[in-house]
Amino acid sequence: MATTASPARTIFRRPASTTGLWGWLTTADHKKIGIMYGYTAFVFFLLGGIEALLLRVQLAVPENTFLSAAEYNAMFTMHGTTMIFLFVMPASAAFFNYLLPLMIGARDVAYPRMNAVSFWIFLFGGLFLYSSFFFGTTDAPIGGNLAEEVGRLGSLPNGGWFGYAPNSGARFSTGTVMDYWAIGLQILGVASLISAINFIVTIFNMRAKGMTMLRMPVFVWMTFVVAFLLLFSLPIIAVALFMITFDRQFGTLFFDATAGGDPILWQHFFWLFGHPEVYILILPAMGIVSEVLPTFSRKPLFGYPAVVFAGAAIGFMGFGVWAHHMFSSGVTPITQAAFGLSTMAIAIPTGIKIFNWLGTIWGGRIKLNTPMLFAIGFVAMFVIGGLSGVTHSIVPADWQQTDTYYIVAHFHYVLFGGAIFGLFSGMYYWFPKLTGRMYNERLGKLHFWVFFVGFNLTFGPMHWLGLNGMVRRTWVYAEEAGLGPWNMAVTVGAFIIALGVLIFMFNWSWSRRRGPVAGMDPWDARTLEWTIPSPSPEHNFGVAPVVTALDDFWAKKYDSDHEGRAVRRSSADAMIAEMEQTGLNPPAPIHLPAPSYYPILVGAGIPFVGYGIIYHTSPFGIPLIVIGMLVIVGSFIGWGVEPLEEVHDDHDDDHDELPPSADGRAGESNADGTVETDGDEEDA
Amino acid sequence: MADIAHADAHHDEHESTGIDSRKLGMWVFLSSEFFFFGALISNYMLFKGRDFAYETIMPRELYDIPFTSISSFVLLMSSLTMVLAHNALAEGDQNRTRTWLLATAMLGMVFIGGQYFEFTEFILEGMTLTSNPAASAFFMLTGFHGGHVFLGIVMLLSLYGISRRNGQLSEAQGLNLELVGLYWHFVDIIWIVIFTIVYLIP
Repeated sequence: MATTASPARTIFRRPASTTGLWGWLTTADHKKIGIMYGYTAFVFFLLGGIEALLLRVQLAVPENTFLSAAEYNAMFTMHGTTMIFLFVMPASAAFFNYLLPLMIGARDVAYPRMNAVSFWIFLFGGLFLYSSFFFGTTDAPIGGNLAEEVGRLGSLPNGGWFGYAPNSGARFSTGTVMDYWAIGLQILGVASLISAINFIVTIFNMRAKGMTMLRMPVFVWMTFVVAFLLLFSLPIIAVALFMITFDRQFGTLFFDATAGGDPILWQHFFWLFGHPEVYILILPAMGIVSEVLPTFSRKPLFGYPAVVFAGAAIGFMGFGVWAHHMFSSGVTPITQAAFGLSTMAIAIPTGIKIFNWLGTIWGGRIKLNTPMLFAIGFVAMFVIGGLSGVTHSIVPADWQQTDTYYIVAHFHYVLFGGAIFGLFSGMYYWFPKLTGRMYNERLGKLHFWVFFVGFNLTFGPMHWLGLNGMVRRTWVYAEEAGLGPWNMAVTVGAFIIALGVLIFMFNWSWSRRRGPVAGMDPWDARTLEWTIPSPSPEHNFGVAPVVTALDDFWAKKYDSDHEGRAVRRSSADAMIAEMEQTGLNPPAPIHLPAPSYYPILVGAGIPFVGYGIIYHTSPFGIPLIVIGMLVIVGSFIGWGVEPLEEVHDDHDDDHDELPPSADGRAGESNADGTVETDGDEEDA
Repeated sequence: MADIAHADAHHDEHESTGIDSRKLGMWVFLSSEFFFFGALISNYMLFKGRDFAYETIMPRELYDIPFTSISSFVLLMSSLTMVLAHNALAEGDQNRTRTWLLATAMLGMVFIGGQYFEFTEFILEGMTLTSNPAASAFFMLTGFHGGHVFLGIVMLLSLYGISRRNGQLSEAQGLNLELVGLYWHFVDIIWIVIFTIVYLIP
């Protein structure tokens, strides 16, 4: 009559090792998960970058034949899909994972194993999407000189990252590539939804003593807003993706205009998700910049509450501007006016942030280290992108700009000059915390300037290319259009950006082993993650921190004189040395979430279901779904049986080391509540 | 028992809001679910009044309001039994908890059975998933709701199974009656909205 699930009753032995490959595959440690998110996202960044370079080679000269139309379609679709869903979102998740618990003074997130599930579902979802390269089928685009061999490169999803119906529906997109896209995004959405719930609960419930909501670092606030945006926008795209999948697989008629379906409905659903998504991409970078600018200006963030509330306002208003993506889709004049106005209005909270950042730098003692360069670059480039964005709120102007390279220029200024500059700023800023070593500052600055020049050479000319009539998503342009020289400049710029990425990769891989030791607080920073040793110890904090102020660490290090200037307290160095000591040698034993096999198994089961749905008419379709479901459900059962922490770590009664016993097979619950019952309950 | 409570205590050293993290997580998840069903319902609303240019059967021509009212009543009553199960557990009456859990699951099954009957009827009368977009939207909306009810039944039966096996339900264990209750009430509330908007309002 066991009143508890004995640790002995698991399907597998508990993973014993926390190091090596198995340590990574089974970890529930938010820092390791964050690092895996980061590296995986970076690999996808390289893929998306290669796709961009292929596009640019094709467009370098007029009437080029480097890519076929089919391949070009696949490349621009996968470039957008990869950069958004497989790079910027997971790279932001990498920062959330690694930093969020550290910044609020917690030992982990609210659901450590669910956190691992998010990562594995993301990874397998990304692989599923890209497996279209091997298994996907499609026909060449129809018309004129378009029909050419599709090839493997053309067998990636090809309907654009927005997947507009009916172009992505069964009638106009034959084969399976858009099924890979729709189901792949559905899987990635599940991963994001789980992590959004996890981060929200973590921020609500896991804050250190004294860490009130308005003492949280701005980065944490932006994480919070992003998590809510994900929470409310992902279910909408989930429904839309179900609809397109049903249309393609099961013959429903949602987007088939000939049967009375409504293609514009897809646009509404997509952008009702898609516009909050834009803020999902940019707000993490805004959070990073709001940490970097004060640190390197040696001043507190100017107008902290304004920055926080502007972020929240952007979150709310982000749900009210979606139809500005659809001004040329035949929406009514009232709709156009309303969404034009709301689009102008959302520039206000964004402007508040920009001025607060300028106010932060103003009068500061600025140190132009690499993170600061990227942060200032972010502010400058984002302003350019924001201004060109506001021009879209003027509906007649938007009719001229839409589907031209002007739009491409605009969103690359906000997403590359904005989000990606911000992410690189964060990568340099927290590099010492991650590795315990300092990156090479010279190479870092070189990276910034190469990036800055390459970025502006790539995306600046796109403004006038677009205004001169160069349309998006077209794989060739005529010689007579006179677009050739600037297109060549753009292509050169793209390769300069690639050079910058190579410099970054070299700097990263060299410095993480050979860079000078960084110490605990190399930037003289403000937030809690700098109060622990570098690299962060597994248990995060030796003793749980207690917070008494906004920028608590700074307040502990600095006093202010009668003119409000910061004066370092004489006790600061001794305090930091003591923090490092307690950080490395916690006074009391700390229990951490133990590693588990089940998160990766849950993730691995999901693609089977995806393949099963795509090939459900073939004989192995249904078996694939069954196998996938069995793996997922089985993993959840095993999960439910396994306690979060190893209770008996260091005693000799290691029940968990025993092989599963005969009675260990059934009747257990799990976090999601499914159960396996067998026949022995009648006598209970 | 002590071991598990001990393990939980480590993790939840304190909860800043004072609300159990799992319960808060369920609330947050359900808030997302509202948007999921919101999108499905708007999808149906968009198509339900359309004139299609071909001969087809619309869902509203087939509704059997008395029948669906009864199955809706059954589902509503299952929320009552769920509350009774929760109360019984709060009073420490494990036997009564089990009874009400089983009753809730049974009522859920009756509802699912009713939906199965309804779908079969509709298909026999010629309205299938692919008849027209309104039919597609109807089957998708009610189908996803039915899937949620099914998952709820699985959870209820799991609780029942755990209770039979262990002799009792403890709050500290992975699955918590209160969480399942929250989910179950949510599924009921969504059904009230669906029943009103989809079936009752012409």
